Amino acid sequence: MKEMICIVCPRGCHLTVDEQTLEVNGNFCPRGAEYGKNEITSPMRTITGSVGIKGGIHPRLAVRTDRAVPKEKMFEIMDILHSCTVFSPVKRGQVIIQNVCGTGANIISSRDM
Amino acid sequence: MKKMTKHDIVVIGAGPAGMAAALAAYEAGVKDILVLERDCEAGGILNQCIHNGFGLHRFGEELSGPEYAGKYIDMLKDTSVQIQLGTTVLNIENKIVSAVSSKNGFEQIEAKSIILAMGCRERNRGPISVPGDRGRGVFTAGAAQRYLNIEGYLVGKRIVILGSGDIGLIMARRMTLEGAKVLAVAEIMPFTNGLSRNVAQCLEDFDIPLYLSHTVTNVIGKNKLEGIEISQVDEKMKPIKGTEKRFDCDTLLLSVGLVPENELTRTANIELDPRTKGATVGEDMQTSESGVFACGNVLHVHDLVDYVSAESERAGKSAANYVLNGKSEVSNTTLVSNGMNVSYTVPQRINKDNVEKSVDIFFRVRKKMRLGEIRVESEGEKIASFKREFLAPAEMEKITIPKVLLDKAQGNLTVTAIEVEDAQ
Repeated sequence: MKEMICIVCPRGCHLTVDEQTLEVNGNFCPRGAEYGKNEITSPMRTITGSVGIKGGIHPRLAVRTDRAVPKEKMFEIMDILHSCTVFSPVKRGQVIIQNVCGTGANIISSRDM
Repeated sequence: MKKMTKHDIVVIGAGPAGMAAALAAYEAGVKDILVLERDCEAGGILNQCIHNGFGLHRFGEELSGPEYAGKYIDMLKDTSVQIQLGTTVLNIENKIVSAVSSKNGFEQIEAKSIILAMGCRERNRGPISVPGDRGRGVFTAGAAQRYLNIEGYLVGKRIVILGSGDIGLIMARRMTLEGAKVLAVAEIMPFTNGLSRNVAQCLEDFDIPLYLSHTVTNVIGKNKLEGIEISQVDEKMKPIKGTEKRFDCDTLLLSVGLVPENELTRTANIELDPRTKGATVGEDMQTSESGVFACGNVLHVHDLVDYVSAESERAGKSAANYVLNGKSEVSNTTLVSNGMNVSYTVPQRINKDNVEKSVDIFFRVRKKMRLGEIRVESEGEKIASFKREFLAPAEMEKITIPKVLLDKAQGNLTVTAIEVEDAQ
């Protein structure tokens, strides 16, 4: 049995997951059950960060992955973001990098700038 | 000097609270709304909160801070609400707002109704008396967040964080992802002050050690920070001799609480609640001054922006109602106070005549409880009772009292929390 805090929403349910059967208890919603299962088999996280931007009101543009990606890819994705600079104007939701690190997720802009 | 201008509603602050209030007031029928914002863009602190986790309640999807703000900025674009940027409000007196900006210089604006939405600020080194040298390298977590996420500067490479509030936890992860090493998070209380999910995804994911019941007992480095000493504290929060640990680091981040920013409220002689450090309000978010409303973190510090939006919509609607229908009679006022294990309530008073179906009361508990019963009592008699799991001071709670139960109350209301094991 593994105990964990669900991070899907701010409610923070206290989950217990059976490592053999992958049965999840303590979840308030179905997304918690999925989270608990994934945490054992392949933990996933949404990555947020920033890229450089030229011609905007600030030098950094907030970005994020448009879906959760494997947790072990976090630092690889951060390296890609560090080497990326875009030009203003950018729209919220605009794809900045497609299929980042082969995860199938895109890096999208978090704001207009 | 510019001539005095007039607007139906003036909102102070274009963060999440101000924007939601302005939008709700507009939708309730007031078209002449001016929002004053001191920053160069709308959105407030959400713009630097680039992590995700916002909007699950409000929009049913998980957004980053700038996305959440952007949605409100877009919704306001389709309205006649004006946002005046780069404008600092200096004073409010008798519904006249005095402000200054590079564009207009000093100006005065007369409003029929005012909504206070100035947000909060971080507690810093002074009020918590961190001992030691005064070298550079000590920042509040929010300041470091702005430098990193907006300006693009990482303030240090080896970090100790004091306080386990959400901003501190979020910054532990952010700085780690940006290549810094977070050596320790020290928390003086025996429990964390952030959301449990942030402990999981910000500390545990990166093996960052959390030292509960620990505080900073020395800051070393005359010109530039060289090290931090932390010590364990006893139950009276006094450091225990012999438990000192030293970390060689270049940065200390302080995440030691937020305080509503109420200088304007205070000088306007609006009544403040020493528990929340915000104005006292009724169920319609009206302060002690008729026609002046307050919402968001200037009223009481929230954990979730989604709740700020909901509260601010109530303030906006009430302000619109005030402008369109004049002031409501204050006739049937019930005071709400905090009883055992509850540190405050918002609202602090309820006008029963204004309650249609039910009234929401927000509060925080004083201690962690696995299972708790929230009781609403009036003159010793139980009016309503609610069961809650995993109560913690770090997480704001809400109860909804139906009007039928509210009407049963003969006198003022007290909200108490009882750990279920010792409940009768």
